Amino acid sequence: MPNLPLFAVLVLLTALGFVLGRTAVRRQAHGHPRRLHSRPVYHGVYVALWCGLPALAVVLLWLWIEPHLLKSFVLSALPADIRALDPGRLGLVLGDIRLLAQGGQLAQDPAPAIVAAAQHLAELESIGWLARFGLGLAVAAGGLTWAYRRLSPGFRARPQVERVIRAALIASSALAILVTLGIVLSLLVESVRFFERVPIAEFLFGLDWSPQTALRADQVGSSGHFGAVPLFVGTLLISAIAMLVAAPVGLFVAIYLSEYAAPRLRDTVKPLLEILAGIPTVVYGFFAAITIGPGLRALGERFGYGVASESALAAGLVMGVMIIPFVSSLSDDVIRAVPNALREGALGLGSTQSETIRRVVLPAALPGIVASLMLAISRAIGETMIVVMAAGLAANLTLNPFQAVTTVTVQIVSVLIGDQEFDSPKTLAAFALGLTLFVITLGLNILALRVVQAYREQYE
Amino acid sequence: MNRAPSTLRASDRVRAGLARRYRAERRFRRFGMAAILFAVASLFVLLASIGLNGFSAFTQAHLRLDLAFDPAALDEPDADFGALIRQALQREFPEVSGRSERRKLAGLASESAAGLVRQSLLANPQWRGTTVPVWLPTSDRVDLAVKGSIDRRTPESERQMSNLELDWVDALIARGRIETRFNTAFFTSGDSRQPESAGILGAFMGSVLTLIVTFLFAFPLGVAAAVYLEEFAPRNLWTHLIEVNINNLAAVPSIVFGLLGLAVFLGLFGLPRSAPLVGGLVLGLMTLPTIVIAARSALAGVPPSIREAAQGVGASPIQVVFHHVLPLALPGMLTGAIIGMARALGETAPLLMIGMVAFIVDVPGGFTDPATVLPVQIYLWADSPERAFVEKTAAAILILLVVLALMNGLAVVLRRKFERKW
Repeated sequence: MPNLPLFAVLVLLTALGFVLGRTAVRRQAHGHPRRLHSRPVYHGVYVALWCGLPALAVVLLWLWIEPHLLKSFVLSALPADIRALDPGRLGLVLGDIRLLAQGGQLAQDPAPAIVAAAQHLAELESIGWLARFGLGLAVAAGGLTWAYRRLSPGFRARPQVERVIRAALIASSALAILVTLGIVLSLLVESVRFFERVPIAEFLFGLDWSPQTALRADQVGSSGHFGAVPLFVGTLLISAIAMLVAAPVGLFVAIYLSEYAAPRLRDTVKPLLEILAGIPTVVYGFFAAITIGPGLRALGERFGYGVASESALAAGLVMGVMIIPFVSSLSDDVIRAVPNALREGALGLGSTQSETIRRVVLPAALPGIVASLMLAISRAIGETMIVVMAAGLAANLTLNPFQAVTTVTVQIVSVLIGDQEFDSPKTLAAFALGLTLFVITLGLNILALRVVQAYREQYE
Repeated sequence: MNRAPSTLRASDRVRAGLARRYRAERRFRRFGMAAILFAVASLFVLLASIGLNGFSAFTQAHLRLDLAFDPAALDEPDADFGALIRQALQREFPEVSGRSERRKLAGLASESAAGLVRQSLLANPQWRGTTVPVWLPTSDRVDLAVKGSIDRRTPESERQMSNLELDWVDALIARGRIETRFNTAFFTSGDSRQPESAGILGAFMGSVLTLIVTFLFAFPLGVAAAVYLEEFAPRNLWTHLIEVNINNLAAVPSIVFGLLGLAVFLGLFGLPRSAPLVGGLVLGLMTLPTIVIAARSALAGVPPSIREAAQGVGASPIQVVFHHVLPLALPGMLTGAIIGMARALGETAPLLMIGMVAFIVDVPGGFTDPATVLPVQIYLWADSPERAFVEKTAAAILILLVVLALMNGLAVVLRRKFERKW
């Protein structure tokens, strides 16, 4: 049933409330606006809020509850033999009923019980729509009249409205906490369900990863293996290759830009690095898969090495390039924050510029640099598209960078793309992997922030 | 350190080491320059490789066929427009016979050509009963051959086109019947299984719809959160908790937001899969920290004198913020929001989780229609086996990069225009 008319009517009523409230108070002021405690606008907003907010809350609550209620009504009217089906099949039957009730066609002619249930559902839905409409209107109208009657020149509308605004501000800032909670809870709940089926020790220490579960129980390999060590090793291998590229290059870029470069060079190179940081990861993935991967393979063939076209090396190298700007911009900040007095002292004692940098500036900036490297590692671990497109799916337990490896993020994607039943261990495994990823990256970030804070205090 | 007794004076020893130290200095500098060169070169290699791969996708080989619109055959209820094309090709090469060769010959034209013929006939009813030359797209393999992407030196069995087919193509080119023209279909149609008729309009509209949701969701909430934290929040544990939370959320891998969207928006709230609505919400949650941080720094940039003056003439704290501070900080907030939107536009991984990877032909028209977005389209095409999708992928990337550049440019312009020295 369409909800748009209802919302449109509610919006109209709210607007009407605003106009009514404002004009009513103006009239009551008899041309002396100073008699009013609050400006007429606030009276208008006050009425509008009372009209719109409670009605909206009621309607949304109704929309949230209704499907569950309808489902249980329809279920209780179904014959016992259908109700006794297992949850998966029952879900299919309910889907058929819903489709029929919306006037759709089924592939085969449905059983009479199903048709009856669909008619029942359609009736219930239209009743629900009417009731929702009526209730929403009643609440809106009620709120409007109640607020309207309270208006008077002495009515303190502004503090009331401001209280609502303040509550809205607090609520939106609390959303950040809600999101974190949502992430932690959704990952935890699904992971716990996963660990009910697969022991946590097998997940963390098992060496065999093959999440494909067979459709029938008697097929070979009917239960998947969920040992995630190959994924962890693959993730670490690719991140290590990426850091081997990004750490030296990023650091030297930062050193050169902050210590040697003329302002003009700095002003050209910095925006270029920002472009490098702004290129979407899917573009890097395409580059790795189309240019670097085949290129490395051709190179390997020339030197008699077997290099897989989806090798850890290709993904790692490109990821390293992607991470260079993160390392360089964070390190640049900390290197520039080293007080000039240290440099002046070292140069005054006769050391060359590079000696000053290596023996004085870098040791002073070390905590910040370590932190920037940690943030870069956490980026590398959480990076998805490059590895999805260039690193492969096979869970090889190997440290050979010329072979295809798979990573935590690749497996999350490959497990969740395509057909999903929400309950299979295969799907739930993605959440367990996500939880691992979340915990590791969060740990790295918190650690890095701690290090940076400790460092900042040193020179301030 | 060499402690052996030396006959040299200390200053001589220092001088002797100078050459080595200066060499180290030069080496160190060179490492720095090499690092910068590597980073900049990588950027240019990346852009050049995409550009070279993608440029050819903006043209498409077209085939001019003399179609005989025979009214008797066209009035059948299920008139076969493919047959018109086959007959026209047969007239070009009368010597071709045999089923498999004829099928190969028919395969020179795109599979979508029959539908196009039907549409042009509907638009030009005066064609009935006449023979008209019509330009039609060729198949993707002919397109590749015309653009020179098929290497004729490779053995025939490993090549995508046989010698016979290549001869036909050469003959058609010689007769002036094949031309490369601007590929309008690429900009005006949705996805397709045939590379020659696949376009990015569907993904582009999906991106636009998704970003609208993202902006409407994240910008007001982000600004409200920033206003509270910067202007009203007392310094207490709760505020500190929120701040730590926002900073941590900014560093959570994007794929985790996809899992959140899957579990909460699809699982708990039962919102439709593959919809821009859900994609926009997920990306909104992801960009929220960026927007909050940018909005806070914009608010902090408004000098306290503004607040004091407003308070001095009797404004309430809320009025101070909403009537005076917020309007002054808004350009800075918008700049931050545009940069956040640009990042959201390039994001792929979380959208894979909520089913925006489906193969969708229709251009989405609403927030709950199944849709895909530009980066996901790029991922899908990059995954397709057909060789011709490589150039499409690169071309889609070029368009994505152009849009990103425009957005960032807009942010820079906004910053320049409204930047204020207090």
